[in-house]
Amino acid sequence: MATQSSTMTDIERETERTNRVTRRLGRISATVRYLILAGVGLIMLYPLIWLIGASFKTNAEIFANPGFIPHEPTLDGYVKGWQTSTPYTFATFFWNTFLIILPKTIGTAISATAVAYGFARFEFPGKRIFFSALIAILLLPNVVTRIPQYLLFRDLGWLDTFLPLWVPSALAGDAFFVFMLIQFLRAIPRDMEEAARVDGANTAQVLIFIVVPLLAPAIVSVCLFQIMWTMNDFLGPLIYLSSVDKYPVSLALKLSIDTTEAFDWNKILAMSVLALTPSLVIFFLAQKRFIEGISSGGVKG
Amino acid sequence: MAGLEIRNVEKVYGNKFKAVHGISLEVRDGEFMVLVGPSGCAKSTLLRMIAGLETVTSGEILIGERVVNNVVPGKRGISMVFQNYALYPHMKVIKNLSFGMRLARRPKDEIDAGIGQVTTLLEIEELLDRLPKQLSGGQAQRVAVGRAIIKKPEVFLFDEPLSNLDAKLRAAMRVRLTELHQRLKEQMGLSSTVVYVTHDQVEAMTMGDRICVMKDGRIMQVADPVTLYERPANAFVAGFIGTPEMNLVSATIRSGSGGLMLGLGSQAIQLDTLVVERLEKERTGDVTLGVRPQHIVPALPGAVNTLEGKVSHLEFMGHEIYLHVLIEGQPFISVTQSAGFDRDAARDSVIHFTLQQDAIHLFDPNSGESISLSD
Repeated sequence: MATQSSTMTDIERETERTNRVTRRLGRISATVRYLILAGVGLIMLYPLIWLIGASFKTNAEIFANPGFIPHEPTLDGYVKGWQTSTPYTFATFFWNTFLIILPKTIGTAISATAVAYGFARFEFPGKRIFFSALIAILLLPNVVTRIPQYLLFRDLGWLDTFLPLWVPSALAGDAFFVFMLIQFLRAIPRDMEEAARVDGANTAQVLIFIVVPLLAPAIVSVCLFQIMWTMNDFLGPLIYLSSVDKYPVSLALKLSIDTTEAFDWNKILAMSVLALTPSLVIFFLAQKRFIEGISSGGVKG
Repeated sequence: MAGLEIRNVEKVYGNKFKAVHGISLEVRDGEFMVLVGPSGCAKSTLLRMIAGLETVTSGEILIGERVVNNVVPGKRGISMVFQNYALYPHMKVIKNLSFGMRLARRPKDEIDAGIGQVTTLLEIEELLDRLPKQLSGGQAQRVAVGRAIIKKPEVFLFDEPLSNLDAKLRAAMRVRLTELHQRLKEQMGLSSTVVYVTHDQVEAMTMGDRICVMKDGRIMQVADPVTLYERPANAFVAGFIGTPEMNLVSATIRSGSGGLMLGLGSQAIQLDTLVVERLEKERTGDVTLGVRPQHIVPALPGAVNTLEGKVSHLEFMGHEIYLHVLIEGQPFISVTQSAGFDRDAARDSVIHFTLQQDAIHLFDPNSGESISLSD
């Protein structure tokens, strides 16, 4: 008996020891993993963090202090940056950006949905050719079409207006979005639309009451992409806009660099932070729908 | 109050594939017509043409007295229940039910009355505020039927509505739909002409007033369930209707000493006068013999005019036993009562079988048409 119980405790002790070792190894492994992930994450985020930090520094400190925490935090960059060296404040430039984004996004959502619905659900003469053209546009580098487009808009007399910036998109000119919606729509069974037709809906009513609600996650993604890309678009406004009072934020940031006086980096950085904010806020607000939209085309029936 | 008439309807797809070959069919007012056939027989295509979801290549479709070939689905006076219910996933049940009426801008009290009537009839009051994804299969099915009824259509179209349900629920819904068909007539005064598509011959047999059996875009036979079962017009219908399937084997008819003989390989039996009378003229030569498993049974001791076959295996089904038998190399199934049957003795043994000649069918081996129906 005595030997048996001592053997038992030996086994128990051994098990206990193994468990302890396993637990410790697990903890070490987790710690190492999190350290590496946090490190890489920090490296990726560092420029952004530095940007935010530096926007609160004085111009002199930006070059003196490599750390991101400002020694003497100041709102100087924001206050002076907002005023700009032009007669306009950044409020004008934000308003301009908004004036471009709003019609462009609404137009894209409507036109891309309608075109995608046509491609995904109807047979019409020349469908294959039109679809090939769509894919070709998708594959074509944007730069190639810049000059012909510029000439076209010049002849239309649209230079130095917002029209060239949003009209092409509002006419389903962004092949990527159309293609994305087509793929999403193809994954949705047609039965609901057929049921609606039997219920007496015409083509437009099927689109509005059935297809658009089913496509909603994808349409939200399209809008988000369009907002973020338009916010960041530099080349388009640069080519078509020449009056400073029509500049959007992306161009206005460069404005401070153009001036003859020495660059006030703190102003530029402060305005960059402000320019980033809308995109970030919109993304985080719509994050859930956005991921739904790009991750799956399926709708659970 | 309307029947449905289909006149020489054909469907040719863009790639020259001819799906429907000149079908003509009349569905009477208030009739429950089932379209049945194996997959690819174009029964769904035909239904979708009636609904207006597919174009008609040639021929005419009439609902009531009206040609509807170029009428949009919503104006045909039909409603349809889809295989996977096709409820609008973003609308609550109540909105699903009223969608059609809201599109037609019916007054609110009429919509409410319709919803009240339908929900009582189908017992779905407690589901009204749910979304389709919160419904079970059977509930979704009922809502889909409700959405069809609320429009008070002239013709109901069902496209395999029970095939997504499990076996038990399917049996229950079968009864329920048949009852509903009656009650629509009696309580709501709807003519409720029904066209019901299924690939399940049990559904067809139990639900249909008449059944239209289709194959490869052609109608094989249209008749009531009893006629289809007892007097199939051709070998395809004979094999399609009934479980287990009718045995269809090649045989010959030749003249013998005492009249006509039915030969199976080296064996032969005397054909009963019952059969000979029904047979087309002096028909001899190759035929296809059709005999239901219930009508080829182990012979009683001492019986004459029997066929000899070897039992290859047997399936115990409870109160019945399916004997799989080879007679002259041709497979047969025979159904016999399991009570008093010695299964161990029967296994791999050679048994004599009697044909119930009043219930056998003979078909032309080339065309498949019945040659034993003329009377």
